Amino acid sequence: MSLSLAKRCCEAPLTRRVLQFKMFRRRIQSCNLSYTVWRHRWMKKLPVVTNSSRRMSSHQDKDTVDLSKFPVDRIRNFCIIAHIDHGKSTLADRLLEITGAIAKTEKNKQVLDKLQVERERGITVKAQTASLFYSHQGEQHLLNLIDTPGHVDFSYEVSRSISACQGVLLIIDANQGIQAQTVANFYLAFEAQLTIIPVVNKIDLKNADPERVESQIEKVFDIPREECIRISAKLGTNVEKVLQAVVERIPPPVASTEDPFKALVFDSNFDHYRGVVANIAVFGGRVRKGDKIVSAHLGKTYEVNELGLLRPDEHPTQKLFAGQVGYIIAGMKDVKEAQIGDTLYLQEQPVEALPGFKPAKAMVFAGMYPMDQSEYPGLRSAIERLTLNDSSVTVQRDSSLALGAGWRLGFLGLLHMEVFNQRLEQEYNASVIVTAPTVPYKAVLSSAKLIKEHGSEEITIVNPAQFPERSVVSEYLEPMVLGTILAPDSYTGKIMSLCLNRRAVQKNMVYIDDQRVMMKYLFPLNEIVVDFYDLLKSLSSGYASFDYENAGYQAADLIKMDILLNGRPVEELTTVVHRQRAYSTGKAMCERLKDSIPRQMFEIAVQAAIGSKVIARETIKAYRKNVLAKCYGGDITRKMKLLKKQAEGKKKMRRIGNVEVPKDAFISVLKRKEK
Amino acid sequence: MIKLTCRAAGRVLCPGLRCFSGGEVTEHASGWIQSPHLTEQASLYVHWPYCLRRCSYCNFNKYIPKKNNDHIMTKCLQWETDTLLQLSQVSCITSVFFGGGTPSLTHPSTIAAILETLSKRMSLSDEAEITLEVNPTPAGMSKLDDFVRAGVNRFSIGVQDEDLKSLGRDHSSQEALKTIEEARRLCPGRVSVDIMFGRPKQTVESWEKELSELLRICDDHVSLYQLTLERGTQLFKQVQCGEVTVPAEDVTAEMYQCARKTLQQHGFLQYEVSNFARHNSVSHHNMSYWRGKQYIGVGPGAHGRFVPLGEGGVFREARTQTLEPDVWIREVQQRGHGTRRRIQLSRLELLQEVLVMGMRKTRGISHKHWELFSPEMGLCEIFGASMDVQQLVQSGQLILDDRGLCCSWDGLALLDSILPTLLVELERQILQKPHRDHSVFTDGQTKKTSNPQ
Repeated sequence: MSLSLAKRCCEAPLTRRVLQFKMFRRRIQSCNLSYTVWRHRWMKKLPVVTNSSRRMSSHQDKDTVDLSKFPVDRIRNFCIIAHIDHGKSTLADRLLEITGAIAKTEKNKQVLDKLQVERERGITVKAQTASLFYSHQGEQHLLNLIDTPGHVDFSYEVSRSISACQGVLLIIDANQGIQAQTVANFYLAFEAQLTIIPVVNKIDLKNADPERVESQIEKVFDIPREECIRISAKLGTNVEKVLQAVVERIPPPVASTEDPFKALVFDSNFDHYRGVVANIAVFGGRVRKGDKIVSAHLGKTYEVNELGLLRPDEHPTQKLFAGQVGYIIAGMKDVKEAQIGDTLYLQEQPVEALPGFKPAKAMVFAGMYPMDQSEYPGLRSAIERLTLNDSSVTVQRDSSLALGAGWRLGFLGLLHMEVFNQRLEQEYNASVIVTAPTVPYKAVLSSAKLIKEHGSEEITIVNPAQFPERSVVSEYLEPMVLGTILAPDSYTGKIMSLCLNRRAVQKNMVYIDDQRVMMKYLFPLNEIVVDFYDLLKSLSSGYASFDYENAGYQAADLIKMDILLNGRPVEELTTVVHRQRAYSTGKAMCERLKDSIPRQMFEIAVQAAIGSKVIARETIKAYRKNVLAKCYGGDITRKMKLLKKQAEGKKKMRRIGNVEVPKDAFISVLKRKEK
Repeated sequence: MIKLTCRAAGRVLCPGLRCFSGGEVTEHASGWIQSPHLTEQASLYVHWPYCLRRCSYCNFNKYIPKKNNDHIMTKCLQWETDTLLQLSQVSCITSVFFGGGTPSLTHPSTIAAILETLSKRMSLSDEAEITLEVNPTPAGMSKLDDFVRAGVNRFSIGVQDEDLKSLGRDHSSQEALKTIEEARRLCPGRVSVDIMFGRPKQTVESWEKELSELLRICDDHVSLYQLTLERGTQLFKQVQCGEVTVPAEDVTAEMYQCARKTLQQHGFLQYEVSNFARHNSVSHHNMSYWRGKQYIGVGPGAHGRFVPLGEGGVFREARTQTLEPDVWIREVQQRGHGTRRRIQLSRLELLQEVLVMGMRKTRGISHKHWELFSPEMGLCEIFGASMDVQQLVQSGQLILDDRGLCCSWDGLALLDSILPTLLVELERQILQKPHRDHSVFTDGQTKKTSNPQ
């Protein structure tokens, strides 16, 4: 399926896309706000393409749906939140089946997870919405399920979903118990003051221990164990009870059809044929086809062409009423016109705008370069198409002397970055060099002149080349995160020393039951972006789970480190590091360079330096002999081939002074290490 | 400065060039076609693919025979020699080399038969160097006499590593010693001893000892080969899994330099990366490879470089014979030769080979020699202006003067680091200034045939 998606995508008019991409880039450049996300769409790739069989089934009751029959008190808006693999999507499948939104077949697996990467990784990246009809105590109810991503990288997505909801299903694996993301997601819902229904899933598993999980829930979340519902989403056990709880425990939305029309845009996506499709939650009044509506943000007026429910496929209706969730198509030509968090109202009845969302800020940056410069146009259009579907990625053009033209992309977090790369490779078949991730630092300027130049006292530094000198700066700041680690207590010691090594400060440590510990640490983000998670997983034999939330900026002793080859700085290897980490980082970079720069006819000093002070050095010894002492017996073909290959490679080498550095050397130093 | 002298040298040499191109050559469509001097002659390499045992380091094309088929092999070698000689249309074979495998395992009559085939086609002068590779075995030794009678006039004796370690002190090394003595008696001044360094467990000290032992018994020619780990050999596997260690790069570099010095002290002049001679006993056969001359390869897996004039060819071809002896035999029986692959060399490719081979000589490539292959563009024109080449000259690795282009003593040990720079420059210059008749021939054009004719 996803193959055919990609194919269709490719066939769509290219010029149009290029045009859009250019506009997008120009905007970024002119505003100089690379970290601000203006439009936000974690969206399915092509909403028009759907499974035909599902469309058929929804078609039957197309005309029978009269949404006016669902007053606000018979509407429930909820979402499902869970740690990865705790069964959120499986439960969603069952709910869809029970309520007849999809036919009950063996094939229903992660129906809402449409991306290949979602299915492969068992995660949800893109929120999806499905309206369900459920009869409870003789009354038809409209249940709006908003599927959410499981990972906090996508917590922006989660909070958007949550804002349209009044309650959440918090799924916890009966075997694994509370995990780091369970905690993070719980707090998102808790802070939004939503009703939380704990659901203990996978009770059919041999090692399931719902008792223990329920006591964890009681202890960590302060939710009485009696409120937990034990289910097996896989087998369908007790899933009906979940639906009952949704109706009984979650309050209906506070909205009145009597009020003027007022709707929150909580998601949007772009369709090449119909323009922008906005997902909205109606907070008051009603809207119908032909209505003239206004975007509060832009003040622009549109006519509603189409609207309806998502079941989960688009299902047109005549009207949408207060408390309901659905989609709307109103001739918006550009995703920027349907900004997430924007309020829509009727032209003749202006209302006060709803509080919008904070734009998500990119927290992890990585360079992306084509393997070969000839692949640049292909990669450009792939990135362009992907960002059209995932606008939380910021894109800046960048170029490296070693790697050529490329981009510097900003992501919400590590998983976000990985998912993006994987989609790039899978869906667009693009092979890319991805550099090791970096974080955005800040500097508080002390020089009046510079402040005037930048227009502010505080500047954000994404590229080490822009790192201002210590003399003009009163303070450097680095981004911090609050990390939550859950693990069996036997690993506590190892985990604590790992965290200490990463300049982390322990904030909290509690036993959530007699074996499992929950630790909270304040980390510099930079310390966890590269390999922290992998190390944590391996030292805990895979038992530890980790999650983090952003925790602002803190003053840090940052310095710029240069890498020198025979005394000449290598521009693309300049790095911003914490003073404490300068030596170890510099040493590691020198070692990697030493291993990847071939010996040459002279000695090469590989040095890491701060200012004029060299802090680490490796030496690549000169070749003393490099000639094949062999009789060829006339067989020189192989030798010629090898020499010609070397000559070919020589042309592509980057010269630093008289040192020839192959592209591979840069890649091995800059690239994220393979797991 | 260098550039200026070079230009001057080029000008001085120009008349020679003109008189050269005034001949028949330019009558051909493509002016770069080799001069008659180059196509009239060739050396002949004959490959005997069988060995008694498999050496752990060897990746040459060799087979341990299951049954004796020397007779068929001989017939086929003769046949293929005849076919290829005819194809090449050469009027003179300058030297013959019997390599392998272990060609000293053959019956001397095989050698005689092949040489006879040769002399039926053309006159083979008494001076032509005819070398046979010999492994020092008792059986081999007793046959040396017969080999000489069959026509061999030069021996190249490969001394095995276990022989070297205790040279003259045990049974097998006694044989090696005797073989060398016998060979020297039969062909005085025309015996080469081939030794290998960089072997497992070898140290610089033990190598020095081996060398001095060798110098006591050797004749006027020494070939120094470095053991190279080749994929697919037993030794490669042993080193991979840590069973065996070979000396590190720095150690082998030391061994090489030390051997060069020692040999020089004993009157041996290095004339190529691996070859040393005194009393002017250079190997003519190998020399013709390094001079970019034509050679015809006969036998399983043999390589050749010649213009197939006999079928109207005008360009030099890189030719490879079928590897497996049984398959090769079948092919020779079916169509008179076992050529598996033919690739036409472009002008650039030919010059690349001439450069790579020529630079292995201590004397490098003379202007005159280069003009033979590249009458239009001299060495100075190609390399004189390059900054990278200048840098090599300034750092004392390379010498470009009125004699030609060559490596310095230090530079020769780093040849493989120098060659890529030269190849880049050569390609740039040749492609920048395409030959005036590039419509007939464009660089990179190759012709591949799996089964010609």
